[in-house]
Amino acid sequence: MNRAIDALAPAALILLLLAGWEAACRLTGVPAYFLPPPSKVMLAAVSGLTVLVPAAWNTLSVALVALVLAAGAALALALLVGLSPLLERAVRPLASALQVTPVVAVAPLILIWAGIDHPERAVIALAVLVAFFPIFSGTVTGLRSADPDLERLFDLYGASRLQRVLRLRLPAAVPFLMEGLKVGAGLAIIGAVVAEFAAGSGGVRGLAWQILDAGNKLQTDRMIAALVVLAVMGVAVHAGLERLERAGLRWWRGR
Amino acid sequence: MGPTAALQDVEVDYRGRGRALGPVSLTIEAGEIVALVGPSGCGKSTALRLLAGLEPATRGQVHRAVGRGETSVVFQAPTLAPWMSAAANVALPLELAGTPRPEARARAIEALARVGLAGIGESRPAQLSGGMAMRASLARALVTRPRLLMLDEPFAALDEITRRTLADDVLHLWSEARPAIVFVTHNVEEAAYMASRIVVLTRGPGRIAGEVRVDAPLPRPPGFRAWPVFAEAAEAVSGLLAAGAEAVA
Repeated sequence: MNRAIDALAPAALILLLLAGWEAACRLTGVPAYFLPPPSKVMLAAVSGLTVLVPAAWNTLSVALVALVLAAGAALALALLVGLSPLLERAVRPLASALQVTPVVAVAPLILIWAGIDHPERAVIALAVLVAFFPIFSGTVTGLRSADPDLERLFDLYGASRLQRVLRLRLPAAVPFLMEGLKVGAGLAIIGAVVAEFAAGSGGVRGLAWQILDAGNKLQTDRMIAALVVLAVMGVAVHAGLERLERAGLRWWRGR
Repeated sequence: MGPTAALQDVEVDYRGRGRALGPVSLTIEAGEIVALVGPSGCGKSTALRLLAGLEPATRGQVHRAVGRGETSVVFQAPTLAPWMSAAANVALPLELAGTPRPEARARAIEALARVGLAGIGESRPAQLSGGMAMRASLARALVTRPRLLMLDEPFAALDEITRRTLADDVLHLWSEARPAIVFVTHNVEEAAYMASRIVVLTRGPGRIAGEVRVDAPLPRPPGFRAWPVFAEAAEAVSGLLAAGAEAVA
């Protein structure tokens, strides 16, 4: 009984807020271009579904490609850094500088480098840039997280550097890597959307472009519909990754 | 054959913490069981790591007559890799030394059986109880047939009944191949029960407060805890511990 109420509570709140919104629009007669009622947004979403779904897929696929590229680069660099403390000291400040620089600020430069004809490359590159850091720093931390007594055991039996990395440090880093991938995936979506905004109407037809286009035409209902799709997509990706992470941890721990 | 390992006027300083151990001289003869007893922070685990060759001495000399792979350590916690099965954990020392995987696995299963864990080779550490995990850790230490076995407070986290059973099991396993055993404990009864020689350290930085020999058969006969030798040894160790604590304070 309690669990049913728990599960229904968020849905009830959303319905309540939507009802209040709808009522407020109708009672005050606020113009639809300023604040459309949820019923209009729903209509816009349904009629625009054939456009919104491919746009969402466009953004999502960019984020996924970026995630794979970022994961590969981050893992490779983390391994190099893990093997050499000197390299780590050299890389740290650069990596931090990259991390704290906002994507929007870097976007114009990357757009120029990608070339006028290939804004989609710039969007992927920018999403890679934001997804890289959490995976990299997670893996670096993970590579150092092995039990010190297990490290001593590897000393005792004279393990080579390669054996130590492959049989101890890398497997010990797996939970950290999974956490990094989860955070990185969320950031890749944000990065992709921000980069699309920066690319403007340059031919990248993702969700951000839908929002921009509708905004230019003052079609507020379409804007909100695209935002809702973006939010739903984000929640779905997060929930999926959360599940994957838990399954991965169960496999790693054997329980 | 000379001693298996020895410390000669050894001192260890840790940066920022000062003297941790010494000066200490200690000789481990082949096949003997030595207990290192002392209060927390007296450097007994440090002494163990020196004897295992895992740490250098700041001053003094460490002699080790055992080669690489002939020393094994059982740590305070089971220290099993959670991502590997019990058998893979036990096979690890052999595989690191280059033994082909099938042979290493077979010897691991055999070692597990010897510590009373037949048939759990495929289980993960998280699926084992505390006592079973400690046994698996013991199997990993024995799989290389060491000549020097180090135990660093191996049963500290276990309940009394489990630790007593494990103490007897360790002594039986010792009687098969008779490696030299050095084990660290702060439990006086455990030291008197398991060791042929008990070395008592003073409060940190530890120096040797004295030695007690336990002249009785190993493995211990049933009811050994009721023997006068056991009670006398325990009393003597307690006396040395108290004197060692006063000497510094």
